[in-house]
Amino acid sequence: MNEEKLRFIDEYRNKEILLKLIKKLKREIDNPIKIMEVCGTHTISISKFGIRRLLKGKVDLTSGPGCPVCVTPNEDIDWIIELCRKFKDKICLTVFGDIMRVPGSNSSLFIEKAKGADIRVVYSPIEAIEIAKKRKDLKIVFFGIGFETTAPSIAISLIEAKKLKLENFYLYSAHKLIPPALDALLSLGEIKLNGFILPGHVSTIIGSNPYKPILKKYGLAGVIAGFEPLDIIQALLILNELIKNKNYDVKIQYSRSVKPEGNEKAKKIMNNVFKECNSIWRGLGEIPNSGLELREEYNDMNAKLHFDNINVSPKENPACKCGEVLRGIIYPFECPLFAKACTPNSPIGPCMVSSEGACAAWYTYEDWKKYKKMMKNE
Amino acid sequence: MCLGIPVKIIDVKYPEAIVEIGGLKKNIRIDLIENVKPGDYIILHAGFAIQKIDEKEALETLKILEEVLKRNE
Amino acid sequence: MNNIENIIRLAHGGGGKLTLQLIKEIFLPAFKNSILEKLEDSARINFNGKNIAFTIDAYTVNPIFFPGGDIGKLAITGTINDLAMQGGIIDPFISAAFIIEEGFEIENLEKIVKSMKEECLKNNVKIVAGDTKVVEKGLADKIYIITAGISFIPEKVDLGVHRIKEGDAIIVSGTIGDHGAAILSTRYDFKLSNSLISDCASLKDLVKSLLENDLEIHCLRDPTRGGLGTILNEIALKTNFGIIIDESKIPIKNDVRALCEILGIDPLYLACEGRIVCFSSWKKRNDVLSIIKENPLGENAMLIGRVTSKFSNKVIMKTTLGVKRIVSMFLGENLPRIC
Repeated sequence: MNEEKLRFIDEYRNKEILLKLIKKLKREIDNPIKIMEVCGTHTISISKFGIRRLLKGKVDLTSGPGCPVCVTPNEDIDWIIELCRKFKDKICLTVFGDIMRVPGSNSSLFIEKAKGADIRVVYSPIEAIEIAKKRKDLKIVFFGIGFETTAPSIAISLIEAKKLKLENFYLYSAHKLIPPALDALLSLGEIKLNGFILPGHVSTIIGSNPYKPILKKYGLAGVIAGFEPLDIIQALLILNELIKNKNYDVKIQYSRSVKPEGNEKAKKIMNNVFKECNSIWRGLGEIPNSGLELREEYNDMNAKLHFDNINVSPKENPACKCGEVLRGIIYPFECPLFAKACTPNSPIGPCMVSSEGACAAWYTYEDWKKYKKMMKNE
Repeated sequence: MCLGIPVKIIDVKYPEAIVEIGGLKKNIRIDLIENVKPGDYIILHAGFAIQKIDEKEALETLKILEEVLKRNE
Repeated sequence: MNNIENIIRLAHGGGGKLTLQLIKEIFLPAFKNSILEKLEDSARINFNGKNIAFTIDAYTVNPIFFPGGDIGKLAITGTINDLAMQGGIIDPFISAAFIIEEGFEIENLEKIVKSMKEECLKNNVKIVAGDTKVVEKGLADKIYIITAGISFIPEKVDLGVHRIKEGDAIIVSGTIGDHGAAILSTRYDFKLSNSLISDCASLKDLVKSLLENDLEIHCLRDPTRGGLGTILNEIALKTNFGIIIDESKIPIKNDVRALCEILGIDPLYLACEGRIVCFSSWKKRNDVLSIIKENPLGENAMLIGRVTSKFSNKVIMKTTLGVKRIVSMFLGENLPRIC
């Protein structure tokens, strides 16, 4: 029962190899390095598997803006909430589970559901299509969050909706692109990094090439890593070598899934349905060409165009330091609200939303009080 | 930012496929990849296969990882 | 956030942090008494020198027919188990109330009642009182069942959080998360998987065999809503002890684990409906394990951890990688994620 392994997962969780690899990594690091891990799933893996603690003193791992829920600004959440309120009983909102608990300016989808809005969590956008087929009496709106990993799947769903001539399916696109965000983040010049652990599944779609000019421009190295503990440590080993040799290149550790050119078919499908647009990122402001919007051929499925009289006045909580956490300039526990007014149970900012952002990962898995004390004593 | 799990293809009926992991079976979509057949492993994200796993590369990675066990340190 | 605190959310019923908050802030202050404050699975009442276990449970499971059982079977086993956790294994009696939505098929009601009958016969339990209410369409989700149970506790049996000691062994009687996984599989299109089955079962006989032998059992809990992670946190909070568990020892079926990987859910918070978490003296741990394993429900029993005084109010898990991490309180809902 427990003895059976899950193939391509458990092999990369081998305890013996991990401990030896970590010893090797610590030995090979001469001076402590500061690395940004961009992806929310990496943040969770690093905390859940205790990697952050094991590398203390040698590798300083800071989280970046790769959590699609965390970087979605209040404006989008408020819009979706207003949609649910204005068209109650006429629409069914379908969402990924991640976004349910994220607070907007004064409510969240969780609360709106409790108040009677028809909001359904799906695992796949195809489930939303199925609902649209069954419930011709409702308008089904899909709240599209996620980066390049997810956008191609959403694109297929829209192509499917068109094929089925569905007249009641809409997308609100809040999709974003990672490379422009990295460029914008680095242009701020706020943090001194040595390199990046780059997202494994975004890169499965886009490949390693898009990162190269950006990292070269700022003199940084990057390694695309898988999500298992051995993947992450192996990626750090490769990254350390690149840093030591001042080799500002992008290497692929997660080669079983990532090719330099990525997934050409998925990219093509994504580009057939979406076009680049400017997008607002929490913590980073508006970044040109960093978002995805539906092409004109899909205007009739564009929720923003169809429901065009939704007005919102978003306001951000001035005490919330999510922006600084997302830019990697503070640790979650350095936010004055962390674990006090802001907990996973009652999050003030999206970074604390359960199992998603850096704040939640730290709160849920790390002995952050110890870390805070250690930092004070340094 | 992305939960993607390796699963095995056991039946293909484009654009759908049936996959298996740990005895669990599920219907998924394979519109985003080409040339999959039963026995192949793919990365599953939000009900879609986003890439076929390159088993050669996977074994190569493991080999390098296992090397560290052979050294006495 | 100004409105969060004003309305009940689904998470309030999840068995985690919010449920506890609701109990502590609304129910306890109103119904204050020393028996209720113990917050055990059943109340233990002394009645003319004899000890009685008394409990009540509401069943709102969705879907009402799930792999491995239905709401009727769950209502009976759930109440039998709550009584059993307090040691209430002698002559259990149950009363059942049904709240049925207008339009509910009678054929389905018959199926549910048949399940309840079968489970009662199996366990030598009688339903001795009942009530039925029908509400207008839309005011209930098909059918809700509320069951209250009462039974005698054998003399000299005293189970509860108050008996847990430093160093106590923590044993789980079988694989975790089976019920929760079976329910989730119906929601997110895993219909091809017929291996995910609820572990819904009566634990009365298992508890009987534990209490008959001199095993120094201190406390029994069944990890229903909120799963193993919730029970352990509740105990850590109530006793002011700490709990340390070993992830590699926690029994979990491969398909349950696979489901959790795909949906991004932590199996520690998935409900079990036929499992016991047993706190016994460390000295007796091997005997406890042997007795549990003799029962067909206990074949996968494992010693998973220990109660400690090295830290308090926390549950720490040594992961399969050998690194320790905190097991925090469940937030109330198991939702799939993409990230």
